[in-house]
Amino acid sequence: MKFNPRIIAFLCNWCSYTGADLAGTSRMQYKSNVRVVRVMCSGRVEPTFILKAFKNGADGVLVCGCHPGDCHYQEGNYRCLRRFLLLQKYITQMGIESERLKLEWISASEGKQFAELVNSFTETISELGPCMVKEQVNTLT
Amino acid sequence: MYTEESKPKLKLAVYWAAACGGCCVSVLDVHEKLFDVISAADLVFWPIALDTKYKDVEEMPDNYIDLTLFNGAVRNSENEHMAKLLRKKSRILVAYGSCAHMGGIPGLANFSTKEEVLYRIFEETESVVNPEKVRPLPECDVPEGKLELPFFYNDVRSLSQVVETDYFIPGCPPQTERLLEVFIAIVSGAKLPPPGSVIGAGTRSQCDECVRIKTENKRIRKFYRPWEIIDDGITCFMEQGVLCMGPATRSGCGYRCIKGNAPCRGCYGPPEDLNDPGAKMMSAVASIIDEEDPEEIMKIIEDVVDPAGLFYRFSLPVSLIRRKIS
Amino acid sequence: MKRITIDPITRLEGHGKIEIFLNDEGEVNNAYFQVPELRGFEKFCEGRPVEELPAIVAKICGVCPGCHHMASGKAVDAVFGVEPPPTAKKLRELFYMAHFIHSHTAHFYALAAPDFVVGPLAPAHQRNIVGLIGKVGKEIGTEVIKQRRMAQEIQALLGGHQTFVVMNIPGGVRKGLTEQERDDFVEKGKDFVKFAQFTISIFEDFVLKNDEYVDLILNGPYTLKLHSMGLVDEDNRVNFYDGKVRVVDTTGNELYKYSPPDYLEYIAEHVEPWSYLKFPYLKKIGWKGFIEGQHSGLYHATPLSRLNAAEGMATPLAQKEYEKLFDTLGGRPVHATLAMHWARVVELLYSAERFLELASDPEITGRDLRAQLGPIPGEGVGIVEAQRGTLTHHYQTDEKGMVKKVNLIVGTTNNNAAICMSVKQAAKGLIKKGTPVNDGILNMIEMAFRAYDPCFSCATHSLPGQMPMIVEIREANGNLLQRLTRE
Repeated sequence: MKFNPRIIAFLCNWCSYTGADLAGTSRMQYKSNVRVVRVMCSGRVEPTFILKAFKNGADGVLVCGCHPGDCHYQEGNYRCLRRFLLLQKYITQMGIESERLKLEWISASEGKQFAELVNSFTETISELGPCMVKEQVNTLT
Repeated sequence: MYTEESKPKLKLAVYWAAACGGCCVSVLDVHEKLFDVISAADLVFWPIALDTKYKDVEEMPDNYIDLTLFNGAVRNSENEHMAKLLRKKSRILVAYGSCAHMGGIPGLANFSTKEEVLYRIFEETESVVNPEKVRPLPECDVPEGKLELPFFYNDVRSLSQVVETDYFIPGCPPQTERLLEVFIAIVSGAKLPPPGSVIGAGTRSQCDECVRIKTENKRIRKFYRPWEIIDDGITCFMEQGVLCMGPATRSGCGYRCIKGNAPCRGCYGPPEDLNDPGAKMMSAVASIIDEEDPEEIMKIIEDVVDPAGLFYRFSLPVSLIRRKIS
Repeated sequence: MKRITIDPITRLEGHGKIEIFLNDEGEVNNAYFQVPELRGFEKFCEGRPVEELPAIVAKICGVCPGCHHMASGKAVDAVFGVEPPPTAKKLRELFYMAHFIHSHTAHFYALAAPDFVVGPLAPAHQRNIVGLIGKVGKEIGTEVIKQRRMAQEIQALLGGHQTFVVMNIPGGVRKGLTEQERDDFVEKGKDFVKFAQFTISIFEDFVLKNDEYVDLILNGPYTLKLHSMGLVDEDNRVNFYDGKVRVVDTTGNELYKYSPPDYLEYIAEHVEPWSYLKFPYLKKIGWKGFIEGQHSGLYHATPLSRLNAAEGMATPLAQKEYEKLFDTLGGRPVHATLAMHWARVVELLYSAERFLELASDPEITGRDLRAQLGPIPGEGVGIVEAQRGTLTHHYQTDEKGMVKKVNLIVGTTNNNAAICMSVKQAAKGLIKKGTPVNDGILNMIEMAFRAYDPCFSCATHSLPGQMPMIVEIREANGNLLQRLTRE
């Protein structure tokens, strides 16, 4: 059976969620593998969310926020960026491919970019194959 | 402290699994107060010091032991067997010390598979000479008969990953004064916190107790390895750019490593029951980086040379990603 | 074939068990000393920053963490290609002497002395520190606890954490000593020396003046002729912290004297499928199996080995005792296993004298604590004497100081084969055709390996003061014939 990636996306309310919404209302065609979790700001996204997503079976995790300088709360997206970069280093140490975690800035008007992002990320994850975290972490051997 | 007419002595057991002996030393470090401990408690099982056999424990009625301090991680079949046995025979089972609480230092073995560990130790080390690739076996035949060893697991486990655990006393090893406080509380019949609680430790972070000087200046432009700076002995390590797990570590040890001019490495575990013992610290460390350009941030992060080994030094087996994915 | 299982061994770092096989005549065929535990430090230290290793490897053992911390500190210095400044070295050695003092004191009073003061065949419930106190007086017990506490406080002052000290940093130490602290140490040092001398007098009064015990030491079933290993200074005197490793053969002639970086030319490790612990041996001779004698590749590294491998002690009072030991026991080297206890108290005196010497040294309060660091060569070996034997740490890192490989040869590990042979020898000597295996046998077998102080000496308050044992005698088909326990 062909592998169908499960992707969790954390989208910030003000920019990236609106952008994703725009992709939908504009009837853009894009892959349906993404499940969206809306947060008020990408600065709300913390490592625990992402690690839990992998532990519960996500094959890839996407985080989107406002472009630098445009954050509704001034600097939330910068905090997100810093955490994201450190987290990527950590997951690489844990044997999780760093490509499974992606951060991209999506503004409220960037519906097309969101659709393209989803498509290309889903493709990347398809090529990587299923993420083994859920299987290996939830049983003690 | 305890009179002849007081209630029957507390039956106390101390057992070590995949341990180093430091927790047993911490019990003995009561020094002169040992006599008070002995007058209040009957040591019924302590393989290091007493001759109670595993068979004797098996013959005990359930809940016979009032209090068991179980230290060490669960690394092999013998450790697991004893954890389950002592759960049955103990009224209160305490995960004593970092290894039983969170996996501890032996938990770092979760960065490797069982095969990788055995290969390194028995075939690859610089001094080993083993052309026939002999490995220790759970069962092997020798000319005189059969010999057995415990089965070595792939995953290191904390005590509560194997049996239901009543309380956790953190620390590597727990500071003896904290143990005495718990012991006195139990013996004097004080009401204990709800099962599953961490006891014998503070509720806030190390920073609360630490006497190093902290300012509002928590913006880092570079992280330093401890040997890259001359520590002034007075200022908070984080403010000197040296990573210290203090902000994410429960108090109770008396900031003993800081007293030795070394940054905290988190042996007391997180200040509250969190989903993951290291993630909050990762988040905090990243947040104080004083840079907005991704490339510059990456340069700063490069100096966090071993995130997994630092943020999860004592707690890898109980973290969300509790082992390296192979 | 009958089989005697002793499980568990106690007063050992980790778990241990012994299997003794008897032939049809009821005599001992073979004995296996099995270590059923493994944690994997040689693997999981990989990927860590090398400066974290002194703190991590201290967790190998909660009784002798200082030993690992020191060997590790030296290996890390070598990885960085530096030597610590004199004050730092002296502070490390000062700490280390306190570490030896509390360990040797605890071992002697709780484990060794009861056998000799109360007697090896005395009723079991008396063979412990309480029985000892009954013979020598209550003050002694309190004094032993006090000595141990003083040593712990010194450790905490120098190294922060009183058990898992954190004093070592690449190129030196993290903390210096104030004049006030030093003056206090000098007072404590004098106290340590006095108590060490007293401990030796206990040994003299109860052992050396008793012909039966001397006979037991010299002629009991506890003689193992193996090569001896220990760290020595340039004058071939015992040194715990620094120097070269000297190996002398069974006749006392020097076989090798090597510097830490060369250890791989001299030591190799053998693997058996019935133990998780490896068996070190002398590489140039080769693995010849579990045999003793001049042609064996086996050696031991114990307090007695150290005294054998050296030609004297570096402090005056200990030197006198060193000479007395060898004069009494017939010259260097001594192969009587029980003489390890004597060697240990001689070392206790040396540790105390050396502690006092260092505390009184003007340089000990210096402020130059760390060497300048530069590019990282990336490989280093650190060797010290642990209380139980020569301890080797070997690290390889990349140019950033991230660990690539770790190799450890630990104190008790050196003696793995020797312990097995000592136990077998004691069993063979004591269990003969028609001998009922009883409590006396158990204690005598115990004495064979207790002498090695297998890594857990912190038994100051070990209540029965003895190693608990069960001995099960089974028929070849496994039926239990007899079960003896010693409480």
